[in-house]
Amino acid sequence: MGWDLVLLMVVPAVAGVACWWAPVSVGRAIGLTSGVLTFVLAVLLVPSGHAEALGSWLRVDPLSVVFLVAIGFLYPLTMAFAVGYLHPAGDPDAVARYHRRVLAGLNLFCWAMVVAPLMNSLALLWVAIEVTTVISALLVAVDDTPGATEAAWKYVLIASMGLGIALFATIVVYYAGSTVLGNGYELFIPQLLAHARHFPSQAVRLAFVLAVLGFGTKVGFVPVHTWLPDAHSEAPTPVSALLSGALLAMSFYAVLRYFQVAVRTLGGTFPRDVLLAFGIASLVLAALSLSAQRDLKRLLAYSSIEHMGILAIGMSFAAPIAVAGVLLQVLAHAAAKGTAFFGAGSIVRRFGTKDMARIRGGIAALPWSGPLFVLAILGLSAMPPFGIFRSEFQIVEGGLSDPQDAVVAVLVVLVVLAFAGLSWFSTRTMFSPSSGQTAVARGEPSAWIVGAMAVGIVALAVLGVHPPGQLSQLLSRAASELGAPR
Amino acid sequence: MTHVGVPSTYAAVAEALAVLVLLSEFAMLRAPLSRSQVHLYSFQSLVVTGLAAFVAADRHVPGLYAIAGISLVLKVVVIPAIVLRLLRDARVELVPSHRLGVASMVLLALAAAVFGLFVVGSMKVHSTSLPTPALALATAAVLVSFLLVILRSDVVSQAVGFFSLENGVSVASLVVAAGLPLIVEVAFFFDLLVAVVVFGVLMRVHHARTQTLSTTVLDRLRG
Repeated sequence: MGWDLVLLMVVPAVAGVACWWAPVSVGRAIGLTSGVLTFVLAVLLVPSGHAEALGSWLRVDPLSVVFLVAIGFLYPLTMAFAVGYLHPAGDPDAVARYHRRVLAGLNLFCWAMVVAPLMNSLALLWVAIEVTTVISALLVAVDDTPGATEAAWKYVLIASMGLGIALFATIVVYYAGSTVLGNGYELFIPQLLAHARHFPSQAVRLAFVLAVLGFGTKVGFVPVHTWLPDAHSEAPTPVSALLSGALLAMSFYAVLRYFQVAVRTLGGTFPRDVLLAFGIASLVLAALSLSAQRDLKRLLAYSSIEHMGILAIGMSFAAPIAVAGVLLQVLAHAAAKGTAFFGAGSIVRRFGTKDMARIRGGIAALPWSGPLFVLAILGLSAMPPFGIFRSEFQIVEGGLSDPQDAVVAVLVVLVVLAFAGLSWFSTRTMFSPSSGQTAVARGEPSAWIVGAMAVGIVALAVLGVHPPGQLSQLLSRAASELGAPR
Repeated sequence: MTHVGVPSTYAAVAEALAVLVLLSEFAMLRAPLSRSQVHLYSFQSLVVTGLAAFVAADRHVPGLYAIAGISLVLKVVVIPAIVLRLLRDARVELVPSHRLGVASMVLLALAAAVFGLFVVGSMKVHSTSLPTPALALATAAVLVSFLLVILRSDVVSQAVGFFSLENGVSVASLVVAAGLPLIVEVAFFFDLLVAVVVFGVLMRVHHARTQTLSTTVLDRLRG
């Protein structure tokens, strides 16, 4: 199956370059085709869960396939949403240039995120994640507004400094490995995992903390999350959807790789305690901040910090069901957050503002994307029958069986608080009747937006009601690879 | 007869070069002119390049010659040239960007450097390529580069802070990861080049929009 990995590495890159040169309509078709092809290639990896190519430099296992599927799912949906969303006004040449930039950037951004889980070497994983930063920073700035410029600078600077720490982690883990494997080895993940129990514990401890702090900057862990609400709110909405639904998870994937090494060297307690500390801090800040937002996209950004906190807390539980829940949440969050951002894009297009104080009567104004947005918010709030309900249920169940009752209690309280913030604002914007100033004409900005949202909601419901059998098996296998006794 | 505690010439030269890396980081922190900061970064990169070549020659690691060559071209010449060109185009010499007085900044940097020196110095790291105090010096340089980014509020200082962070990590990698495969090192450099280009683009965008290189105007987004 090595050709599969090579195609995954080539297709989005070719699409990105082609979009730069092709007419806009052709570029849209190329992006959509590339997205669908990437998703199909990722799904083809689900049954086996293993593949290698290019002399083992490319390799996937069940853990990386989970993240590939999440990115592969969001890629075509975002390209479809972008078709309906991107309608800048102005000089036709400037509009065409803007379109080509965004389409090329979106494809290249997805390419970098697809490449990251294909990397078998921890060093090249770092390189891929740094590439996602530089491409997405340009995409954040592409609207050339004062807010976008500010957000892009903060993002590239903070994320790059974080990745500088992650680079230090890479160097230290290389050192830890070299004490057993000698100099000149390739930092391949299976190599490291096979020998990790003989690594010096002090070096692995340092590498793990540096990795959580460094890659955690891009995950959005508190206190190194400060770029995230700005970048998510100021980027064009297709970029926000990818940042939130895929990029954060991709950085979390890197943290999990270091977690795998750390539990083999140090046992489960220390790595889990580190993740628990970051997880609780993130969840507390996000739950409190959600109720203080005025900007619709910032609201969703803080929801992302909340979900990344839940992922970290889930990983702090030793029970395999909690770890499987974390991985299911990666998939469900990609679907839910992508759909929610698409809905936010539809609202912004219809109302011409992100300010929630000026958005009223969303359900009446947007007959399709309005209800779908509400469903996405309910999905993000872990309401049944959606995937996040199932995943958080698994995490809580795992926590109770660990047993970590106090942590579970904190988790449930904070999730309820976050739900209150999310539902309060979405209810006000969508169900409160519009007054004279906020009234807008009824209608959808684009059928493409509705289509992308409908697919997202269906996937979210499928993940909640009855995940496909082979996907469930994949999650179980990935969870067993990640799990370790306390 | 062995002289316990007396470093070899190799160790002494290597540690002296690592100290120069740290001192140039301090100089960048306090330099008032953006152009001086870029020149100091170029000098620091030259020292790191020299250290890589020195290890390559003494410890017979031929791959490090390639690293030193790429480092010379990229970090000593290309990156400073890109930033200096931006400064020339922006016609800005002096950006008031000290959030604290120079003395306070240097004191804070000293505290950070001492913290790095003692924490990493207490680790039991065995290296065949460089003396382990170089790792502690590299960590101290990394911590000071963080202060450079935090305490100076202009885009050039912040970008130079990030680039010099990478120099600190490069010295650390010479101590504990001198055998890192060439393909990985080349990927790191390529990545740094792409990051530099993006930093350059965003610095230009920032200047075109605000007519300043200061970041104090970036205060719209809060909460």
